[in-house]
Amino acid sequence: MNELLAKYPTEIKAILAKYPPEFKRSAVMPLLHLAQGDPGYITPQAMQDIAEICGISITEVGSIVGFYTLYYDKPLGRYHIQVCTDMPCALRGADKFLKELCERLGVKVGEPTADGLFVIEEVMCLAACHRAPMFQVHGDGDLVYHEHQTVDTALAVLDALRQKAAVAEEGKE
Amino acid sequence: MSEYILLRHRDIPDLDRLKVYLKNGGFEAWKKVVTSMEPAELIQLAKDSGLRGRGGAGFPTGMKWSFVPNNLWPHYVVANADESEPGTFKDREIMESNPFQFLEGLMIASYAVQAQNSYAYLRGEFWQIGLKLNQKIAELEKAGFLGDNLFDTKYSLRLHVHMGAGAYICGEETALLESIEGKLGQPRLRPPFPAVAGLYASPTVINNVETLTNLPPIVQNGATWFREHGTEKSPGVKVFSLSGCVNKPGNYELPLGTPFRKLIYELGGGIPEGRAIKAIMAAGASSALISATEAALDTPMDYESVANLGASLGSASVIVLDESVSMSWLAQKTTHFFKHESCGKCTPCREGTYWMAHILDRIEDGGASAKDVDLLFTVARQMQNKCLCALGEFSTQPVVSSLEKFRSDFLARVDGQTR
Amino acid sequence: MPKMVTLTIDNHPVTVPQGTVVVDAAKKIGVDIPVFCYHPKMEPVGMCRLCLVEIGRPMVDRATGQPLMNEDGTPKVQFGPKLETGCTTPVSEGMVVHTQTDGVTSARKDILEFLLTSHPLDCPVCDKGGECPLQNLTMRHGPGNSRFLFDEKQHLGKNIPLGELIYLDRERCIQCARCVRFQSDVVDDPVIGFYNRGRKLEIMSNSTPGFDSIFSGNTTDICPVGALTTADFRFGARPWELKSAASICTHCPVGCNLTVNVRREAKSGGDVAIKRIMPRQNESVNEIWICDKGRMAYHYAESKERLTSPLVRKGADLQLVSWDEALDLAAEKIRSAGQLVTLAGGRLSNEDLFNLVQVTQTVNGRALLYTHMAGGDLVARYGLPEGSDLGALGKGDAILVIASDLHQEAPVWWLRLKQAAKRGAELIVLNPRETRLDKFAGHVVRYPYGQEVETLSAFLPGAQVPEALQGVVSAFQAAENVVVFYGSEGLGLDGSQAVAQTAAALVFSRGKTGQPNNGLVAVWPNGNTQGAWDMGFKPSADLASAVRTADVLWAAAVDPAGDDPALAEAVDGANFVIVQELFLSETARRADIVFPAQSFAEREGTVTSGELRVQRYYPAIRPDANTRPDFAISAQIGLRLGLKLETSVPSLALLQAVEKVPTYTGVNYQRLAEVAEQWPIFGRKDMYYGGTGYANSQGLGVKLALAADGINPHAAKESAGMPPAAVNGLVLVPVTRLLDRGATVMPSTLLHQRLADKVLQLHPRTAEKLGLNADGDVVVAANNWTVEARIQLDEKVPVGVALAPRSTGFPVSAPLAAAVTSRVAVPEV
Ligand SMILES: Cc1cc2nc3c(=O)[nH]c(=O)nc-3n(C[C@H](O)[C@H](O)[C@H](O)COP(=O)(O)O)c2cc1C
Ligand code: SF4
Ligand code: FES
Repeated sequence: MNELLAKYPTEIKAILAKYPPEFKRSAVMPLLHLAQGDPGYITPQAMQDIAEICGISITEVGSIVGFYTLYYDKPLGRYHIQVCTDMPCALRGADKFLKELCERLGVKVGEPTADGLFVIEEVMCLAACHRAPMFQVHGDGDLVYHEHQTVDTALAVLDALRQKAAVAEEGKE
Repeated sequence: MSEYILLRHRDIPDLDRLKVYLKNGGFEAWKKVVTSMEPAELIQLAKDSGLRGRGGAGFPTGMKWSFVPNNLWPHYVVANADESEPGTFKDREIMESNPFQFLEGLMIASYAVQAQNSYAYLRGEFWQIGLKLNQKIAELEKAGFLGDNLFDTKYSLRLHVHMGAGAYICGEETALLESIEGKLGQPRLRPPFPAVAGLYASPTVINNVETLTNLPPIVQNGATWFREHGTEKSPGVKVFSLSGCVNKPGNYELPLGTPFRKLIYELGGGIPEGRAIKAIMAAGASSALISATEAALDTPMDYESVANLGASLGSASVIVLDESVSMSWLAQKTTHFFKHESCGKCTPCREGTYWMAHILDRIEDGGASAKDVDLLFTVARQMQNKCLCALGEFSTQPVVSSLEKFRSDFLARVDGQTR
Repeated sequence: MPKMVTLTIDNHPVTVPQGTVVVDAAKKIGVDIPVFCYHPKMEPVGMCRLCLVEIGRPMVDRATGQPLMNEDGTPKVQFGPKLETGCTTPVSEGMVVHTQTDGVTSARKDILEFLLTSHPLDCPVCDKGGECPLQNLTMRHGPGNSRFLFDEKQHLGKNIPLGELIYLDRERCIQCARCVRFQSDVVDDPVIGFYNRGRKLEIMSNSTPGFDSIFSGNTTDICPVGALTTADFRFGARPWELKSAASICTHCPVGCNLTVNVRREAKSGGDVAIKRIMPRQNESVNEIWICDKGRMAYHYAESKERLTSPLVRKGADLQLVSWDEALDLAAEKIRSAGQLVTLAGGRLSNEDLFNLVQVTQTVNGRALLYTHMAGGDLVARYGLPEGSDLGALGKGDAILVIASDLHQEAPVWWLRLKQAAKRGAELIVLNPRETRLDKFAGHVVRYPYGQEVETLSAFLPGAQVPEALQGVVSAFQAAENVVVFYGSEGLGLDGSQAVAQTAAALVFSRGKTGQPNNGLVAVWPNGNTQGAWDMGFKPSADLASAVRTADVLWAAAVDPAGDDPALAEAVDGANFVIVQELFLSETARRADIVFPAQSFAEREGTVTSGELRVQRYYPAIRPDANTRPDFAISAQIGLRLGLKLETSVPSLALLQAVEKVPTYTGVNYQRLAEVAEQWPIFGRKDMYYGGTGYANSQGLGVKLALAADGINPHAAKESAGMPPAAVNGLVLVPVTRLLDRGATVMPSTLLHQRLADKVLQLHPRTAEKLGLNADGDVVVAANNWTVEARIQLDEKVPVGVALAPRSTGFPVSAPLAAAVTSRVAVPEV
């Protein structure tokens, strides 16, 4: 049973249609994005399903997951708060921003918050050098930039996410 | 009348809406090429315009198209929208705010080599832009600008967005192709070049977003018009991404050949708190540092003049460094970037970036001696000319040039000296 | 003939075919350009950058196209600004290569230093130490010391099982990707890959079981460091302590050339013990590869369960006796036997088989081959003659494979046919179900089990070709050369006889019998089944009754009683039973005399491959003093019957055989030991180039002459067909799996997790019709036996049949109607 195919039949059909039929392997990246959306990481089952759809081995899928930084093969924080601390951003205070953000949240880089909702990560240039400090939020199958940030505005963003998550949880119950 | 050629959205509100874009001459160039131009004519036009690739290497676009052989099919065009070089954020603005001009450019390039399926490869972080482009493509299909038998000709074209997932190396064109093919983003050997064996081993043109965005106005206004901007060898306008120690960072569309001084001081508002400028990186993190002498500030920003400074214009990502910046810190930052982004395929880049980063960490932590500074230099030199692709080479540029020009910054850290 | 190109390397001119890369051209004239990622059997990738050299090309006047000349009349050569990778650069006319300049040697040193920054330098405890390319190249070209700080070295996982067969040491890996490329490009098992990137790249496997490939061991040969090691050999010995003996794998008909590495060990009482099996280069047979069965299923030779003394039944028990007593008794029984039936298996050597036949014939006995597969006489007449090489097949040639799962039956042939297809050969696969060869075939034809002859006949000249087969038939007919492989997928003796005959007729019909790269190949169940035919053994259509009615049954290297209850009963029916064996098999338990024989590792002998190549194996370890090789046992019985057979020197036994078997004329041990230069050059001190497998210095073997007689073999009229399935039953069809549960495999416990199980595979619809649960336990009943088994559903199995893997516990030697019921239910009898 291909669970992914059962869950997203139309999406997968649309993805496959983008590439020549004899090169199904090309669909592996879009399928990983798709599969990651809901649980927030690539499950072993999803890897198996994708391998099957693309006609490649599960090792080859795992290799792709390992190479690209936006794929996660372990659940770690529902929202990845990815602060750019690369050189141009750092010249505009990104390192300090990250440090203070972590302090205010009481976490270290790479460690999830107590509620398991957020994990703060340091990332390389996001093409927003002129609007530093900035971060992106990766989670719920979405990826959103937040630019011109202060620690206070960032915490407000996190608060809003926390509320969104709570509402979603209630909806589920 | 708009002043801008590429960043026209700054003059025209809502240019990212099809109606608005059409009202402002949108897709006239597209209609013109499909209904009235031979592909060869279009390639000649691109050659005549002197347009050079805006992705970094500055390779003449028309010439690149002409390498595509007509006895091997299908052909593909891929828009390089990976934009991951630290300090570069121009393609993002174009795609966010002037998406149709970019797509029209991609379509024109596709027609030039008669590609029927073309791809835009976006870095994964441009998720929102990807969603937007997908919408725009759907609108274009509905409006009849994309699809089968366009304008009742035999020509058919489809565009597809392919999202990356976090890997700078996928901006390198052959790694990008591997990535679309569902493999690790690792560069291929060349030859064969993509123009002969690219995507799915078929002839493929890879052009930068900004390069493509130049095409609709060139088709509409002609080569001579295009050459009215810029210099003889570097014609046209360019979007300069200005960042670092300046008061007004951002994208600036200027004719190629505009002096650094104008960008940094006039438009960029100069250095914060009146500090002195120390150095310039013209091509993002991959740059060799330019000492910010008066002569350097007066240097025109075109491919040749910047090369004469021992640096390169690259994608014109101008990062300004002032006197408060330690070059050893800077080298540490850039080296960590390259270490993180090295794909690992070739030995010198994989090991060299790792080794350099280690030495730099030691220097910045105050645990190094002057001998380590020398070692850093030799390690960087040891990498040069040996790597499989340019990434490894790029990584040595800031290290070697900062050691050559600002060695004292490094020596100020050795033997336990702290900041 | 490709165009030849002349270039100069370190001032030596060399001429090589166009397309050759610089490192290979250099190798041809003995110039060693060091490499890590490059491997002569794989596409270059130019990753490690060790092979950087200076390359110059003649300058040409742009205007005239004429070469530019120096004042002294020599052509002007322009060198590029950068060094170039010799492994990726194809040669060109007039090219000038420098491999020893200061620039080159310092670049080499730089790259080696880079590699060593991350290397643990744990050579003293590394399995590769002593035969490690990195170690050797560092000694030769590397820096004397490292400028990297050791306290900053990264430490990574060691002894990580990628599966239970192959272990990874992450610190030692130099990311050359040879292993990954071998698995994906050479053997199409992309089950290992890189994880992460940059310096964090690490080899991993996500397959179940880990590193799920029957070729996995080869990666440990080509890994240029000690990162990959086999569970079989790791921590077993230092390479320089090892001695080697040339050998031949007898597990399948390919006849892969091996080197057996041995060392003196306490566990063998100070005697030599086998430490590992390595491939030995033979470009016409196995190139430099072997499968994991050949590499790891040798432990039976050293099993504690081996027979170590002759036994004779006294009363109810088998008792230890002297050789003379056992031999005398055997000779007496054979002399006075009303009917002697000699039953032998294809694991024995030609010498063994020849002597068995000689003895059998003097008393007018029957020499029966224990096999489910026919056609050895046909292969001897229409096989692949001298000058044939699967490695040379390509464009213009056709290869037809019928009724074989080659990947499982003869892995290295599978590999070579896959490569031939890649070179442009027309590969045609005819099989009732999907196999791993299909992917590489230009044409795949499916037929129902039992319709082999009808399907194959369409390829015969003048045949009525069904519409659907017209394309494939004309592709076949258009080919210049044609090789036909036939196996025994779903076939018993009758079935394979019909297929063999039809396949032989097909080969014959092309009128190219005896021409290189034309011929018939049988995918035999054993390493020397062909030799057994050649020496005079024939299978019997009704083995059970032949055995049952034998006055004396003489069984060598076979275990009919263990394989099939009906045969066990037949063995019990025979008056007197003599067995030559390695183990106390079921048949041996029932015997009156048991002779302890010697395995391939303990003695010399020759075997004949399915491609009609006779090859020689050498003794690697010392036999137990009280065992004897099979040829000696039968010769000693023969002596007692007045026959002059060679009892001690196998080379002389072969000479006797050659006199009686015309196709073996001229074959002798000296010729079998002859070698010739092979390409790629392989296995010298510079093992970094091709890996740690062995060069061939002990013999490439000899191709047999064909018993060409111009006789049309005549195609069979029809297939042997399938038995009718009973109501509520189905037909079991025997299929071959590489890692089965045979007596020579079981003692290699390392392989146990990968052995084929007693599992019937069937289509879900078949199961549904029989009311069976998916993956449930069942009872299988047929004739006079019942076995318990499991079923596994697989949509690739044709409806109405169940696949029964051979040598896993199903007594199925030919398609057989059986009742299959859930274990909870009472089986219908
Ligand atoms: C490491 C590396 C990263 C690159 N990144 C980008 C990029 O993000 N965007 C881009 O357009 N070109 C990038 N390039 C350049 C491309 O390889 C290629 O030259 C370019 O896309 C060609 O388009 P153009 O001729 O229109 O400039 C990169 C090159 C290298 C070596
Ligand atoms: S394990 Fe060995 S063969 Fe595989 S990449 Fe590492 S060094 Fe190369
Ligand atoms: S780059 Fe040539 S051998 Fe590795």
